[in-house]
Amino acid sequence: MNDLTLAFATALHLILSFDPDLVEIVLLSLQVSGTAVVLAALVGLPFGAAVGALRFPGRRALVVLLNASMGLPPVVVGLLVYLVLSRSGPLGWLGLLFTPSAMVIAQTLLIAPIIAALTRQAIEDLSEEYDEPLRSMGANFPQRVATLLFEGRLSLATTLLAGFGRAIAEVGAVIIVGGNIAHVTRVMTTAIALETSRGDLPLALGLGLVLVGIAIVVNGCAQWIQEVARRAAT
Amino acid sequence: MPQPERLRILPLRLEGVVLELGGARLLDDLSFVLERGPCSVILGPNGAGKTLALRVCNGLLKPDAGHVAWAGPDAAQAARGRALVFQRPMLLRRSAWANIDYALRLRRLPKPERDQRIETVLQETRLLPLASRPARQLSGGEQQRLALARAWATDPSVLFLDEPAAALDPGATRALEEAIRAVRASGTKIVMTTHDLGQAERMADEILFMHRGHLLEQTRAASFFTAPETEEARAFLKGEVL
Repeated sequence: MNDLTLAFATALHLILSFDPDLVEIVLLSLQVSGTAVVLAALVGLPFGAAVGALRFPGRRALVVLLNASMGLPPVVVGLLVYLVLSRSGPLGWLGLLFTPSAMVIAQTLLIAPIIAALTRQAIEDLSEEYDEPLRSMGANFPQRVATLLFEGRLSLATTLLAGFGRAIAEVGAVIIVGGNIAHVTRVMTTAIALETSRGDLPLALGLGLVLVGIAIVVNGCAQWIQEVARRAAT
Repeated sequence: MPQPERLRILPLRLEGVVLELGGARLLDDLSFVLERGPCSVILGPNGAGKTLALRVCNGLLKPDAGHVAWAGPDAAQAARGRALVFQRPMLLRRSAWANIDYALRLRRLPKPERDQRIETVLQETRLLPLASRPARQLSGGEQQRLALARAWATDPSVLFLDEPAAALDPGATRALEEAIRAVRASGTKIVMTTHDLGQAERMADEILFMHRGHLLEQTRAASFFTAPETEEARAFLKGEVL
């Protein structure tokens, strides 16, 4: 019990004193996951919106595939990215393996389907109400999709936050493609796993508290956005 | 409201239009001509096909057979010359002013002209004091008037209204009808659907009576209400279930 109390106290001290190692790990985590969310949004938002607004043969199968891909196991994604980026892989010449870029790629692949699938659902719901009126006003397809994305902006912001939450809490993919190298690819989740196995509980706990804090902030933002969306929809 | 040269897209001719959905024939050999001028009211009980007819006229549904022909050189001009107000108004999550601005931006109008038109139609529909309010926070009657104002701002040759007062109380209905009369007075052809006999009598110059996907009568409103030609129309006017 004393050990646990001591670990908590030390963890809090690390956080409050802005311990350089802890700060470095937190900033790299935010940088990797933030970049992954931006890249995944650039792909997932328009793709999900197009699938939500368009009707075409095979669409139902694509929606099933898209929804299923939300549950992609991170270790499998990590393994695939590892195979592609490893020296003998097709993109091995880029030399990205065990770099933050590889981690960004893995997290992007992991959360782009989530953003696309949730966007598809949101846009499809909006489309039922908006499509015919927008068509009758003379809006062409790109204008309709842009309008639907703008109209759904608040719920889509929640989608992006969900993607960020998934990315920053993920450990399986980034440890495979990043290698958990100190000062290079060590992020919060991989550091927690390592420090726990090494018995350095204060740093692991400190990082864990920061991670939980980020989760609370993200969820708080999501709830606030939903409330704003509800008010705006009335 | 300034009256630029309106697009000449009337008369509108429907010839033998058939529409089938889910194996049911919902419009059956529907033919009529809508000319410039009079306010045409498509009247009929629920399920008569009134809304479907409007959607076909506006190119939102493609008929399985028959033709929809607008006057004028091409379909693009016909699309620019008409506007449709839905029974449940679709308003964007932005202010009343911005809702109208959205429709005018689609027409690529310059900002000074957009601002002038928006102010005019909001004034005419008595919504100017509510211009900055979120559109979805307006009352049902105000929302329907805003949808009307948005359509009017595009200066259509023909304005289609689908059961515009279906969910409104008498006061809101009266305010909406005043606004529709103002649109009509500006030279826009009004085509509206309703199942409300009182509204049809107040608004119509011409009645198109539909029943079960068929057009049974197209006649002057005064003749229709005093001497309907078909058994179905007589029953409908008596309030009998068809």
